[in-house]
Amino acid sequence: MVNLAAAEQSLENLSIDDAIEYLKSNHSQDVRLDDRDGYEGVIVDSDQLVDIARVIRDELGFDYLSSATAVDYLGEGDYMEMVYHAYRSSGGGALVFKAQTDRDEARIPSLVPIWRGADFQEREAWDLYGIRFPGHPNLSRILMWEGFEGHPMRKDWREAYYEEEQKPFDSRWPGGHVHRAEEKNVFGKNVAYPPDIDLNRLMDSSEEAVYQSLGLGVDIERVMDKDGFETNELVVNMGPHHPSTHGVFRMVLTVDGETVTSLEPVMGYLHRNHEKIGERNTYLHNIPFTDRLDYISSMGNNHGYVLAVEQLMSLGRKYNPPTYRCEALRVMMVELSRIVNHLWAIGFWLNDIGAFFTPVLYFIQERERILDFFEAVAGSRMMCNYMRFGGLFGDLPERIKSVSNLTNDRVRDYNTMQFLTEMINERIPRTIDELELLLTQNEILIERSMGVGILNADDAINFSAAGPLLRGSGVAYDIRRADPYSIYPELDFDVAVEEEGDMYARYRVRVTELRESVRILKQILPRLEATAGESIWADGKPGAYAPRVPHGESYGRVENGKGELGYYLVSAGGRGGSSNPWRYHVRAPSFINLTPLGHMSKGHKVADIVGILGSIDIVLGETDR
Amino acid sequence: MYGTGLAKGLRLTLRHFIESYIDDVRYGFRKYHHSTDNFGIRQGTQTKGVITVQYPDEKVAVPERFRFVPFLIVEDDDHPTRAGKDWCTSCGICAKVCPPQCIWIVRGNDPDTGRPVPEPEGFFIDIDICMNCGYCAEYCPFDAIKMDHDYELASYDRTSHHIHDKEKLSKPNSYWRAIAPTRAYDEMLVRGTWEHKDAAKEARRGSASARSSAARPAAQQATPAAPVAEAEAAASPAATAPVEGATPWSEDEAKREERRRKALERKAKRAARGG
Repeated sequence: MVNLAAAEQSLENLSIDDAIEYLKSNHSQDVRLDDRDGYEGVIVDSDQLVDIARVIRDELGFDYLSSATAVDYLGEGDYMEMVYHAYRSSGGGALVFKAQTDRDEARIPSLVPIWRGADFQEREAWDLYGIRFPGHPNLSRILMWEGFEGHPMRKDWREAYYEEEQKPFDSRWPGGHVHRAEEKNVFGKNVAYPPDIDLNRLMDSSEEAVYQSLGLGVDIERVMDKDGFETNELVVNMGPHHPSTHGVFRMVLTVDGETVTSLEPVMGYLHRNHEKIGERNTYLHNIPFTDRLDYISSMGNNHGYVLAVEQLMSLGRKYNPPTYRCEALRVMMVELSRIVNHLWAIGFWLNDIGAFFTPVLYFIQERERILDFFEAVAGSRMMCNYMRFGGLFGDLPERIKSVSNLTNDRVRDYNTMQFLTEMINERIPRTIDELELLLTQNEILIERSMGVGILNADDAINFSAAGPLLRGSGVAYDIRRADPYSIYPELDFDVAVEEEGDMYARYRVRVTELRESVRILKQILPRLEATAGESIWADGKPGAYAPRVPHGESYGRVENGKGELGYYLVSAGGRGGSSNPWRYHVRAPSFINLTPLGHMSKGHKVADIVGILGSIDIVLGETDR
Repeated sequence: MYGTGLAKGLRLTLRHFIESYIDDVRYGFRKYHHSTDNFGIRQGTQTKGVITVQYPDEKVAVPERFRFVPFLIVEDDDHPTRAGKDWCTSCGICAKVCPPQCIWIVRGNDPDTGRPVPEPEGFFIDIDICMNCGYCAEYCPFDAIKMDHDYELASYDRTSHHIHDKEKLSKPNSYWRAIAPTRAYDEMLVRGTWEHKDAAKEARRGSASARSSAARPAAQQATPAAPVAEAEAAASPAATAPVEGATPWSEDEAKREERRRKALERKAKRAARGG
């Protein structure tokens, strides 16, 4: 008995290679190594996927399913593949496992019984790739509406106004014939329906599906409460146009009185198939598109994406890793945007629970300074587009200076390093102090948020929650420490963690992270001064405008303000590599963190639901992609 | 004691309320007056209280790196040899590197020899599609396209105003040097001259060829936008009197088809050479 426990213990400490070896030797029938050029992990026989996944989670200890996504290899072998990245919540690298299936009859067993975090991700794979998941509790479309024709991420699906498979389009240069895509619309300027279309046929069936997934049929169950009154459960739609939902997000609640009995998130109102656009784009084109995901912290989005591409590039022969100054600047920008993100998140969460706009306006003043800095360095306040493969858009300017151009322009002029030093050493800490003075001991806040929206540690891991949501539940999992990247290993900071798992714990995690970010920034300043004059490019000159990326796959992930932001990339180039990604997937924390929303909301009042959603901190640009 | 947290918070809001009047008191009625320099103090790093900018009575001037919708650099009118000449050589890098693909370039051909000339015949940017990423300016090897600072582009009719043609895009070199002096200087250091690369090259080649190059641009200078205007006039009779649905950039369908076919052929050839 003791030996068995010891054996299990040691299995959970196996390195990734040993874990793969263990899988291969104990399940040689079902597991084989993925030996494609530049690929990692194992391919699991899809019939045995659930069993193997259970082994991976329970025996090998990879209890956190970070990402589950599909790839369509049309023309490259003609099969579909599900790719899973599982991590240990104690830290370390990924065990990547894959399951393949036929394109026409795509079917892969659901992993929701093992990881509930796979729920939304499998629904997305069904929606966009048309892979069925037997065993999934509610396999319906999630981003597109029920009744949508086709599965848009499949390689043979073409969007409206389709021009070519990949950019750059020849119509732009050397073709040069300018056109407005919308003028190709057969319906002309205002939509008119051809006479043979029967509008009654265009009924929207998606609503029915939403209600059915809540277990609501035509008959609503009659309930007697304790006093003998006959009460009915009521369905309430919150959103998509509702100020509390932070955008076009919708929650379908069933309420008994004012108590929520079930909740189903409905999303996709801002869906633009970012990933399909990403596959048409070249690698470089994608950087400004990532800005538009979580538009509060675009620096972090850039960082994850360039890390993923740099991972792929490092497989090739000609690759120079970024210089130290470049890494220091990246970390500084990312930490500043984390501060922006948390100030925003806390401020708007307070809006949600009733402190309308006073706190958020205090915090936004400081955010404004940071955005001014971004604007002077990167050229834009929110859509920064700052990072490049192996470098950056530009070094810090000597002065943050403006030139009057329009009438009534008022000019500002600061020394950059002085501006930064003042901001990091004085202004931001002052704002955080104010924030704490205003909120941390505030009795109303404590009563509204303590004990509300509880997610315990095991559930948080099982639901693939990330970021403050995970750490607020007592899981000290921060990618900057658990699976470090950039120069984080040499920086001194603590992982913020709180045990309670309620809204207040998440608030406290965010406040601690604000302080830790300032601590990191204070360490970055001397590093910037020490490297002044060093190039941000390894070979001294900017990267090429059309980099070719070697064959392979990569998963670059960063700890963004909202949680783990991952980019899964597949490059299917020939010998010279490819200029466009074959697969570009965003593991969006805002999307996956919504999986436990229904679970957390049960039994709370409607007014608390708004707060619980706010405490998750979502941005719809990222949720809907 | 219950309520102390609340009281502390309320004291903070009271302090903010009082601080919002500090500047008012300090500057009296001059607070928002144009001629005084209190804007710098109000927006300074040490400021407490209100930092609001009274747009549009006052605007924050944008930093040099600010990017908003590209423009094309043409030589200043008082340039001795190249006045009014495009810096653009229609190499197409900006169009290729543009993420939303909002740049269309028509390459010019020499009417006598039929060979392409290093100057765009037409240049269009759909500013509704432009995402202001700044790649075109960043990767242009000739410093010929730059991001503008003028963000006030609202108009009443997007269909007629929001596709910028070459005429609307062109701004003199001196404008760029005025809005971004530091960057223009840095670019000059990289180029090695304030002049366009070609001009510097020609100057190096000697005085004989310099004289001939002086003659050539002078001839072109007379009608800088003539080819575009002609092409537009020929293709679209409605160009002078805007009609519902008519587009100033529309051209012959057959010509367009032909060009597209050729472009696809070239692409296929490129792909065959090695993917």
